[in-house]
Amino acid sequence: MHQVVFDPTKVMDIDFTKRTEYLEGLDAIKAAHKVLKEIPFTPSRPDKGYNNRTLYVNVGTLEVQEKPVTQQMKDVFIGGRGFGLWHLWNAVKPTTRWDDPENEIIISPGPVAGITQYAGTGKSLVVSLSPQTDIPIDSNVGGYFGPLLKFSGFDALELQGKSDRDIILFIDGQKGLIRIEEAPLDPIDSHVLAEVLTHMYAENEADRVNISVVCTGAAAEHSLIGMLNFSWYDHRRGCIRLKQAGRGGIGTVFRNKRIRALVCRGPQVKGDLNHVADFETIAKTGVKYHKEIRENDPHQCMMRRNGTAHIVEIMDAYDLLPTHNFQYGSHPDVPKISSSYWQQRCTQKTVDGCWYGCSMACAKGADGVMLKTGPYKGHMVTVDGPEYENAAGLGSNCGVFDPDYLLELNFYCDTYGICTITYGTLTAFVMECYQRGILNQERTGGLEMIWGNAEADLEMMHQMARGEGFGIIAGQGVKKMKAIFIKNGWGDPQLINDIGMENKGLEYSQYMCKESLAQQGGYALTNKGPQHDEAWLIFMDMVNKQIPTFEDKAEALYYFPLFRTWFGLNGFCKLPWNDVVPSDNSKQPEAHKIPEHVQNYVDLFTATTGIKIDKDELIMQSARVYNFQRIFNIRMGKGLRKDDHAPFRALGPVTTEEYLSRQERYDKQIVDEMGLDPATMSLEEKMAAHRTWRQGRYEKLTDAVYQRRGWTPNGVPTLARLKELGLDAFPEVVEVVKQHL
Amino acid sequence: MRQLRINLNKCDAGRKTCHHECEASCAEKVFKLSDPAMAALHIREMADGSGQAVLCDQCGDCIVVCPAEALKRNKLGVVMIDKKLCVGCYMCIGFCDKEIFERNPAWLEPYKCTSCGICVKACPHAALEIVEVPEPPTRII
Ligand code: SF4
Ligand code: SF4
Ligand code: SF4
Ligand code: SF4
Repeated sequence: MHQVVFDPTKVMDIDFTKRTEYLEGLDAIKAAHKVLKEIPFTPSRPDKGYNNRTLYVNVGTLEVQEKPVTQQMKDVFIGGRGFGLWHLWNAVKPTTRWDDPENEIIISPGPVAGITQYAGTGKSLVVSLSPQTDIPIDSNVGGYFGPLLKFSGFDALELQGKSDRDIILFIDGQKGLIRIEEAPLDPIDSHVLAEVLTHMYAENEADRVNISVVCTGAAAEHSLIGMLNFSWYDHRRGCIRLKQAGRGGIGTVFRNKRIRALVCRGPQVKGDLNHVADFETIAKTGVKYHKEIRENDPHQCMMRRNGTAHIVEIMDAYDLLPTHNFQYGSHPDVPKISSSYWQQRCTQKTVDGCWYGCSMACAKGADGVMLKTGPYKGHMVTVDGPEYENAAGLGSNCGVFDPDYLLELNFYCDTYGICTITYGTLTAFVMECYQRGILNQERTGGLEMIWGNAEADLEMMHQMARGEGFGIIAGQGVKKMKAIFIKNGWGDPQLINDIGMENKGLEYSQYMCKESLAQQGGYALTNKGPQHDEAWLIFMDMVNKQIPTFEDKAEALYYFPLFRTWFGLNGFCKLPWNDVVPSDNSKQPEAHKIPEHVQNYVDLFTATTGIKIDKDELIMQSARVYNFQRIFNIRMGKGLRKDDHAPFRALGPVTTEEYLSRQERYDKQIVDEMGLDPATMSLEEKMAAHRTWRQGRYEKLTDAVYQRRGWTPNGVPTLARLKELGLDAFPEVVEVVKQHL
Repeated sequence: MRQLRINLNKCDAGRKTCHHECEASCAEKVFKLSDPAMAALHIREMADGSGQAVLCDQCGDCIVVCPAEALKRNKLGVVMIDKKLCVGCYMCIGFCDKEIFERNPAWLEPYKCTSCGICVKACPHAALEIVEVPEPPTRII
């Protein structure tokens, strides 16, 4: 594999402290704030990772309540995503939809979150009923909010109800105040709003690092794909930075509740605020890991230089980079948007962790970006990223290979509050529909959505933010667009369904999985829909070739979704687990699990909570929450086998062009796998044979995975599995399952 | 900037004619500790009898990685830690390739050499010196 060499002399000379400022109207905005409710609370610090209370706020009735964290909650749900799902379960009914007042947004960091000694320990998990999928969505996000919330005294924040005016919830962990303010004049887009609020709520310059803002943007109001930005103050740059809880439309729920922003002001961070059970172990594990990054990162992934964009060229080289709506896996223009470019474009002389102590520091930023379109045209901004998903989703998947436009698309997605992954996939779908005549200029209201037309792409996004034109339709997401296009009779329904890359209503993230059976399952056999948070197996399967057999793949689809769920229970980032590995990793048994790092996590959990676990109990902790989430889906009317089907584009070649682009590989499979002779078959016959074989293979995988997970052939966790996990202690959970056995 | 240097030809790493007064004096006078292992420099005798010194050269790499801007050069160019700002992440420790940014389990904040020169005075063989050298350019770490 080609290893990009970092050359410091090639990094662009850009002043990373300069950008457009938005503080002019601050005084007027502040003066317009009206306090609707203010109540005191007693700030506390966690003990062994837990404060043992959560904060409930109803933004409609203005009820504010502290709730105890029970021992059962900690035993079964651990924290983070587990707490979020448990609160949500108790808040909603099977008939609840995303825009009902009882739907909640829960933010919880997890017990380990907030330690500063290990990389990737500042995550918040956000859970809500998704407007796209109607089932729980969970998102893992950086930024300082979760840890600061915890160091103010709460293990989770539960938001319920709907306000009739725009409000800001301010949690002051220094003074012990919770305040709900009406915010009539506040700007909406995140890069402006987070800056304004950080300055408004910080008492002085040094206090800005103690502020984190959660907010979204204009497009979240007019689409179903809104996301939440979580901020932190980057003192070196002198600006706010944003990380995204992207998937599933939580930003849309946020604006539907008319929450403008959440602001947490935490205490000044020190290394011991999480008050862990065994600091020495955490310190030693952290230092060992930091050294590993120093020694290995420069010749492994170069995360500190490239962030996650380092895999753009690897995916391209292995024919896995989604190109033109997941039709192809590579493109000759990829070098323009690969890491060798981004490492020159991103600022290198600064610190890029999204929480203290992250030595992996993948949160790269491109400074000095001059915007060419939209409401901020002519402004100079800092763009967070671009991460791999953005380069692939907004870039190759839509045929956009101009890095400046890519940065602009990335910027506007972020500030408008929409998920870059979702936007990339839905735009790729729109473009393919346009190229195939399912859409045309009349249907798009004049947008010429051909491959690579970044200007039309940006205009569609600006429309989404303004709530206008075709942007409104696109903002409904792929699933609803498919239904609209089919209903309007704009194209062949089968083709539209085959090429619309969604499952359960959620858009696929940016890996071309046609040739990776493991990743096909990794995407569609998931709880929340196709994303790479749960089972990113494509690299293992196709690049490292660590799971060659069918059984290996089924086992991987048991183990990794559980293993990775655990990060979300505790407030960890996934990247430090396998984006750097110990030098001797390949010599270890089960190298693909990175055994030394698994042990680090076991040690960090035990050292934080004082509860002794091993690597098997780690998986059991996840399995409880994972199966609970599956049952939650079933309770909401999904979560069965019918919901785990994949669009055919995810499984194999839909069109003749796709077949011909890989004819040799596909013909060989006809011989080797199907025992047929391609020489005697027409192209149509060969494609039909592939469809049957590939769908059959996927069904067989589904059977094997369900069995390994302890589920029925319909995808329902069995009573025996519930008993094994202790979930039989919850009669209402058992009740849901019983109806499907 | 002030930098601590050693002449290993003069230093008696093997303790035949000194008691590593450098380490003892640093631990005692700088950090108020009786354990010389807690000094901000280490002198070791290698298997072949030669000496090895682990010293901070004030390279500034740790400044670059500190997420809290708790490390800065003072007027003399010496890299100093501001304990009020330090968040105890220990990235400075992990990224010091001389392995001389260290921690004392009893303290939250790590410690490093301040080029104060106390060890220089304590050395009976005048093996150590404080020299004035130009600040190296900031590296991308
Ligand atoms: S530097 Fe001086 S005091 Fe220290 S070990 Fe060497 S000779 Fe002894
Ligand atoms: S402690 Fe290490 S990284 Fe920091 S200045 Fe000294 S030698 Fe350099
Ligand atoms: S431990 Fe303190 S001085 Fe060292 S890098 Fe972290 S914050 Fe900076
Ligand atoms: S110069 Fe001062 S701080 Fe540095 S090793 Fe010598 S005595 Fe210790």
